[in-house]
Amino acid sequence: MSETVVISAESKPHLPRGMHLKHDATRGEWLLMAPERVLKLNAVAVEILKRCDGKATLGEIVDQLAAAFAAERERIEVDVRALLAELVAKRMVDL
Amino acid sequence: MNAPQKVSEAIAAPVGILAELTHRCPLACPYCSNPIELDAREGELDTETWKRVFSESAAAGILHAHLSGGEPASRRDLTEIVKHCRDVGLYSNLITSGVGLSEARMQELADAGLDHVQLSIQDAEAESADRIGGYKGGFARKMDVAKWVKQVGLPLTINAVIHRANIARAGRMVEFAYELGARRVEIAHTQYYAWAYLNRTALMPSRAQTEKAVAEVEALRKVYAGKIVIDHVVPDYYARYPKACMGGWAKRTLNITPHGKALPCHAAETIPGLEFWNVREHSISDIWYNAPAFNAFRGEDWMVEPCRSCPRKSQDHGGCRCQAMALTGDARNADPICHLSPFHDKVAAIAATFEEVDANVPAGDYVYRTLKTQAPVA
Repeated sequence: MSETVVISAESKPHLPRGMHLKHDATRGEWLLMAPERVLKLNAVAVEILKRCDGKATLGEIVDQLAAAFAAERERIEVDVRALLAELVAKRMVDL
Repeated sequence: MNAPQKVSEAIAAPVGILAELTHRCPLACPYCSNPIELDAREGELDTETWKRVFSESAAAGILHAHLSGGEPASRRDLTEIVKHCRDVGLYSNLITSGVGLSEARMQELADAGLDHVQLSIQDAEAESADRIGGYKGGFARKMDVAKWVKQVGLPLTINAVIHRANIARAGRMVEFAYELGARRVEIAHTQYYAWAYLNRTALMPSRAQTEKAVAEVEALRKVYAGKIVIDHVVPDYYARYPKACMGGWAKRTLNITPHGKALPCHAAETIPGLEFWNVREHSISDIWYNAPAFNAFRGEDWMVEPCRSCPRKSQDHGGCRCQAMALTGDARNADPICHLSPFHDKVAAIAATFEEVDANVPAGDYVYRTLKTQAPVA
């Protein structure tokens, strides 16, 4: 399903109303709260979603992550696109 | 059954609470999951008690508060409750028929921090929908509510319960939900408990109708990929294996009735011998870990054959305890939906009686859901 989603480098991903990142003290983990769903997030996903504020473009988010983690840009872009494509398909992220 | 039982694994914190704020409802759907014996207005928990329950829920690790009923909008303190959920960090989900909401009230709820609205529809056509819900004008009101939800910027899920009178439009309801601006749609084939069990003769579709509807909805997943998410609850009378009911008994969520009784699921009171605790006397955490009804079917030690030695037991938990009770007379038995159950022929026999029905056969008279002891609410 994810290949049907086209994300341009200029799109500005953001969590729509009804979606939020939550650090859950009981379980000691980061969660993505959604309507009638909860997704457990790994550390990479948390860093990506924290930057999806509707202002930064996909390209800028990748730049920020590459700088913050001194990592290869191409590698990061693959991760970011994969996560966002999955969440856009689930209607949990808007572009 | 009431003696505390040893639970082999550590009990995980609960993730959701379904708060039946009231059983009052303007609609009278014949498949309502509320019990036949509805809680009267007198005796409903007051605002302060509900607030305490939600504070305790958040402290116990609960993430989602599902504000349900009956019709939760029948409670005048709904906004205050929503605001409290936000204050204690719970994700609030309003499960509503829409009747009783206004444009101003929707704005108020959004301002109070409501996170999501799940709106029920009875059909994709007004006349049929109003007949099923037993409330004239209900369909038109729901169309307004969907519009208001969108206006105030809240995400919308449309919920449609499927049965003989609307099964021909199962696919249409997906399109309709999309047209109404929903991000998610639940196409839920009727599960036969409570009022639906009472009305099974009038509600149950044939296997052919069911298979056609299921295939139709599944095919729409591709068409609507990225547009609307389809959650499909498939009917179980025609299945080979049982559903993992509630994700396991007392494993994820709890229900609180309007009068404060804590249940592991909607239908748990149909199982005789279980001891339920009330939030008036016990905290949510105490109930979750210690209430006898919650520990009655936790883990797998209570299982009998064929579940006990079944490789699927950790996957489906033996299916549904209440269905085992209703159809075999013992809640510990395998859910007889399972073809391995020695009682499966009972389910097959029930299903066989519906082999011939089709959409052209009138759905028959429903026993509409009513609060017997109470005058209709104005």
